[in-house]
Amino acid sequence: MEPLNIIETPAIPLALANVDTDQLIPARFMKRPRAAGYGPFLLYDLRNIGTGQASDSLLDDPQRAGAAVMIARRNFGCGSSREAAVYALLDYGIRCVIAPSFGDIFASNAIKNGVLPARVSEADAEELLASPSATEGRAIRVDLAAQTIIAGNLVVLFTIDPVWKTQLLNGWDDIDLTMAERPAIDRFRAQDLRARPWAAVPDGENTFNNDPVEN
Amino acid sequence: MSRTIIDKLWDAHAITTREDGMSLLWIDRHLLHEGSFHAFDQLDKRAAAVAHPEATFGVADHYVPTRGRAKGIANSEIARMVDLLKENTQRHHIRLIGLDDSRQGIVHVTIPEQGLTLPGLTIVCGDSHTSTHGAFGAYAFGIGASEVAHVLMTQTLWQKKPKRMRITIEGALGSGITAKDVALTIIARIGADGAQGCAIEYAGSAIRCLSMEGRMTLCNLSIEAGGRLGLVAPDETTFAWLQGRSFAPQAKAFDEAVEAWRALGSDSDAKFDREASFAAREIAPTVTWGVSPEHAAPIDGAIPDPANIRDASRAAAVRDALAYMDLKAGTSLAAIRIDRVFIGSCTNGRIEDLRAAAAVLAGRQAVVPGLVSPGSSRVKRQAEEEGLDRIFRDAGLEWADSGCSMCVGMNGDVVAAGERCASTTNRNFKGRQGPGARTHLMSPAMAAAAAVRGQLTDARELLAGRT
Repeated sequence: MEPLNIIETPAIPLALANVDTDQLIPARFMKRPRAAGYGPFLLYDLRNIGTGQASDSLLDDPQRAGAAVMIARRNFGCGSSREAAVYALLDYGIRCVIAPSFGDIFASNAIKNGVLPARVSEADAEELLASPSATEGRAIRVDLAAQTIIAGNLVVLFTIDPVWKTQLLNGWDDIDLTMAERPAIDRFRAQDLRARPWAAVPDGENTFNNDPVEN
Repeated sequence: MSRTIIDKLWDAHAITTREDGMSLLWIDRHLLHEGSFHAFDQLDKRAAAVAHPEATFGVADHYVPTRGRAKGIANSEIARMVDLLKENTQRHHIRLIGLDDSRQGIVHVTIPEQGLTLPGLTIVCGDSHTSTHGAFGAYAFGIGASEVAHVLMTQTLWQKKPKRMRITIEGALGSGITAKDVALTIIARIGADGAQGCAIEYAGSAIRCLSMEGRMTLCNLSIEAGGRLGLVAPDETTFAWLQGRSFAPQAKAFDEAVEAWRALGSDSDAKFDREASFAAREIAPTVTWGVSPEHAAPIDGAIPDPANIRDASRAAAVRDALAYMDLKAGTSLAAIRIDRVFIGSCTNGRIEDLRAAAAVLAGRQAVVPGLVSPGSSRVKRQAEEEGLDRIFRDAGLEWADSGCSMCVGMNGDVVAAGERCASTTNRNFKGRQGPGARTHLMSPAMAAAAAVRGQLTDARELLAGRT
């Protein structure tokens, strides 16, 4: 995962609440291999793609090319756990979403992919959405270490879980941290098998009612 | 010290807790569906093995066709998704409930049926509706692909302990009021982000009276209130439902397990971080009118007027929802005409759900087309033994095979653009059931009533004298 600290690019203001992950990437595109890039499918149904009309979405605004920041209303990324929603944001180029609240699974997926879910108050989100920097496509500065967002004369503080902040700043992957815990995992497992014998999956074909098992 | 069920489950699975508050949790069961291919790709990149294949189960559900299955899958991209799951599970020695298996079904229906879901377990799946399994008193939650890869490699997950929230519903639910109505009422009141960052325990006499099927519906929808997970403490209803299931402990081992499970409930003086309570008698048949599950109201209500909503951003959300749904403020919900119905999904595809819909439809005709997809092949067989399939077919509805079907818009079952669907599913998001599709969420009885009348209807009107 690529470390993140300062972003200074134009932003995509999206004045919508409850932007669910079905909207971030409609299910019909999730069959694609990731290597092909998910960026073109980001918010696909909001972008008039393939309708013959030009997209009026700010995602396709040439003035905002290179935008790495998105600003939205409450409960961004609610719904389906699909990490593809984060892949679509990331492959498009977004490294930070600013909103008053986030779906829990989305926020966790974002961190795993080096995307910052920056939490601001509802009033600050409205100010940012209405700011000339956002409406005119001028650069907005997000500083993770300082937890600030600077949009022209507007300075807004954001919150982020300190654990996530450290992870983003360093670009750490969980798996490396976990591998160092191997001895603790093995100890826990040995003790747990005795404490909760009922929790283990019984093996043996007979518990499968002799039904054919495809494995 | 007094503990909630959430604390007890957490403590039993915490391998280690770092100074920063993150705990490494042991995962008892890991469930996979076709969407797991991203995680397997991550595994391959590291040339890693699956740590505990015996605790991992694959289930084909999201992409499986529900009609014409015997002919194979016509769409090659969809066929590839089902094949990929088979290849990946085979390669890593993971048991699969595949397309041709007699247990095939939606992961959140078939896994409990097999007795793989037990009280006191941690259960994860790359699917947000994994909260369903909380109905048994399991700590069950949805995760993303990177976390799926992590569990595959280590059988553990780093988690921050969620806030503990208790939602209490006291009293008796009225006749014809179901767990779906309870859940939609909760979401309408607390909001689609009302339980964000929280693990929910559902408590109170109304919850105790719910069947396991009802509890699964309720816990399933925890995520639509923003909750990390939702659960119900196990009791006699839970134990009776589990006894004799294939993978549940058997005989003496079952009795010993029950003894351990009885100790899981929250201590009487345990403290929660948040509390909410509702009176059961105030819960009415509830339907959604907008594009978020929080856009829900009792069937005798009307669509709100954004002009009366003071908060500008909330008013804008309602305006946006009404534009997408092609509805006008002030319209009575019972006046909304529909084009089709869908009965099924991990929310409402169980045998009780089909019985409730059949009770309304028996001897009647649907005036709009509709699809009934049982939640599992086992539910399908049971419904056919009870003659429910005949009732659906005689009413003019299509009786299909089991899968995620018209809930997810990725397997060929979709609602056409502009069509309005009365649906027993979990999400009325824009485009969820297909691009441009308009979804109204409701219980199976309410969907059946909508099929009979061609418009949103209080199912109790059609059940009078029948139950």
